[in-house]
Amino acid sequence: MSAPTIPDPSAPLTPSGNLRRRQLVSRAAELVATAAAIAAIAVLAIVIWTVASRGIKTIDLDFVFTGYPTGVGPMLLGTIVISLVATLIAMPIGVLIALFLTEYAGARGVRSMKMVLDLLNGLPSIVLGVFVFALLVDHKQQSAFAGAVALAIIELPLIARGSQEVLLLVPKGLREASDALGVARWRSVVTVILPTALGGIVTATVLAVARAAGETAPLILASSVFDPKSFSVNPFEALPNVPVWIYKLSEEGNPEGFNEAWGMSLLLVSFILFASLGARALLARSKRKLSQ
Amino acid sequence: MSTAAPSVAGPGARAGRISPLRKRLDRVGDRMLFGVCALAALIAGATIVLVGFQIVHGASPALSKFGFGFVYETTWQPNFGEFGAGALLFGTAVTSAFALLLGAPIAIAIGLFLTLLAPRGVRGVVGPLVELLAAIPSVILGFWGLLVLAPFVQAHVEPFLHSTLGFLPIFGAPETTGLSVFTASLILTIMVIPIIASISRDLFQSVPPELQDGASALGATRWEVVRGIVLPTTSSGVVAACILGLGRALGEAIAVSQVIGAGSTIQASLFKSGDTLASRIALQFPGALTELHKASLYYCALILLVISVVANVAASWIGRRFSYSGAVNG
Repeated sequence: MSAPTIPDPSAPLTPSGNLRRRQLVSRAAELVATAAAIAAIAVLAIVIWTVASRGIKTIDLDFVFTGYPTGVGPMLLGTIVISLVATLIAMPIGVLIALFLTEYAGARGVRSMKMVLDLLNGLPSIVLGVFVFALLVDHKQQSAFAGAVALAIIELPLIARGSQEVLLLVPKGLREASDALGVARWRSVVTVILPTALGGIVTATVLAVARAAGETAPLILASSVFDPKSFSVNPFEALPNVPVWIYKLSEEGNPEGFNEAWGMSLLLVSFILFASLGARALLARSKRKLSQ
Repeated sequence: MSTAAPSVAGPGARAGRISPLRKRLDRVGDRMLFGVCALAALIAGATIVLVGFQIVHGASPALSKFGFGFVYETTWQPNFGEFGAGALLFGTAVTSAFALLLGAPIAIAIGLFLTLLAPRGVRGVVGPLVELLAAIPSVILGFWGLLVLAPFVQAHVEPFLHSTLGFLPIFGAPETTGLSVFTASLILTIMVIPIIASISRDLFQSVPPELQDGASALGATRWEVVRGIVLPTTSSGVVAACILGLGRALGEAIAVSQVIGAGSTIQASLFKSGDTLASRIALQFPGALTELHKASLYYCALILLVISVVANVAASWIGRRFSYSGAVNG
């Protein structure tokens, strides 16, 4: 029998051989993962910095409030109108779907409704554009309303899912207390459940609006032939809007137009970033409060 | 009955007696609430059916003229009334595949970083920032791609790849503009990453800590825990996330149309211009020449619709069918 190898007590306590190799591999993997995260943040920073540094030069009060060609007021107004109409369509339907999911639907209903919402969420926005074109524009005329319908379809699954999450967090105790007092279902929904979840529902809606406000593809088909000077708010005609105008300027290749497009990009990006960051913070807070 | 106040006086006020009027009101109210909720759910379902119907209806002239051959025919000449989506399908497949190939590993690595490596404070900052990448409107990302990324890619990345890997036909000689399938793929990569990263982060967080701790206790390194525990338990979900990301890349119209250069032929080199289904619709639909031209674009939208539905169904089927989390919790 050979003598057992006795570890050298004076050897330094560092791994060697196989263990050392395994630890190096692990270290390398950690570095790669960290680098990936840094790369993603870097891309975000580069994009935002480019937009900010080039856009800030064009933005002043005239740019925001006057009509074309000194400013882009009509486009901003049009985008506000379109987003507003879209939200007015999507929010009630979305919240009702969330109520349907949490109050009425059985397991099968929930599963099929989830599938429907996933499908809606997965539809490419250009397909929605073609859809509203066929439904509302073809053989008629372009309208902001048609664009708003497309944006509403984009917002709908986001609002429904966000509201459902918040409604599920409404404490069981509240519901049971309401039932124990003999309150009818619809009364407890209207007076107890919805008010409790209201904050979360509103923030989910804001997130959806931020997502839809920059959508370009449907608007190219629904609201792209417009007079860039008109401060119109009539949703049944084509309204000037920010995304389509940025797209047009970027296709034209004129340096003046590029500056204008950077300015509008900065306005749009800052609205979207503030809205989504703010809504996210509020959502996290109201969820925390509800789940306490 | 006439004294019954349907206001919210509270049942306590009348010592448990509920007036018949209020009872009837409640019955009606309950039915109405259920009715409008069910109606809203129906509207959502009907929307999908209606989208399908309208697009098939719009595409019907092209469907009857070209039939299924439209899918692989590669000529697209609006002036001669000849249409085929082969080149567009090719461009769509190449850009999306490239975006997924590049984006998925990065996104999964980010997911791992966020769940396993990052300290709590860093996680709270980096996670939302990565998701913000998805919030940037595609038209702005495309505009940035056109003015910043494309010139950079043309001046530095493409010559480098051509000189080092030029023996592969996909890395041909760079064009002068930088508007290429390659640039479009990079933009799509940026769009795909946040989607896959946030889903895979949620998946990784759902891996039971006991399993990971067990592996660590047996002496596994961090990477071995990932290889042996985290990735195998979540692989089906990660695949589903990648399919969702792919669906996003396939359907992106605006940003791609800004940077791909609107070519109409199939080219081996990634550095040539090309076009995708979605981008072709965005570029030509507003100015479609003839009814047939328009119908062909509807046909492209139909192909996209089918792909996106298939991708979604596949993702949810894979996610459910092979889900491991249920087995672990059960």
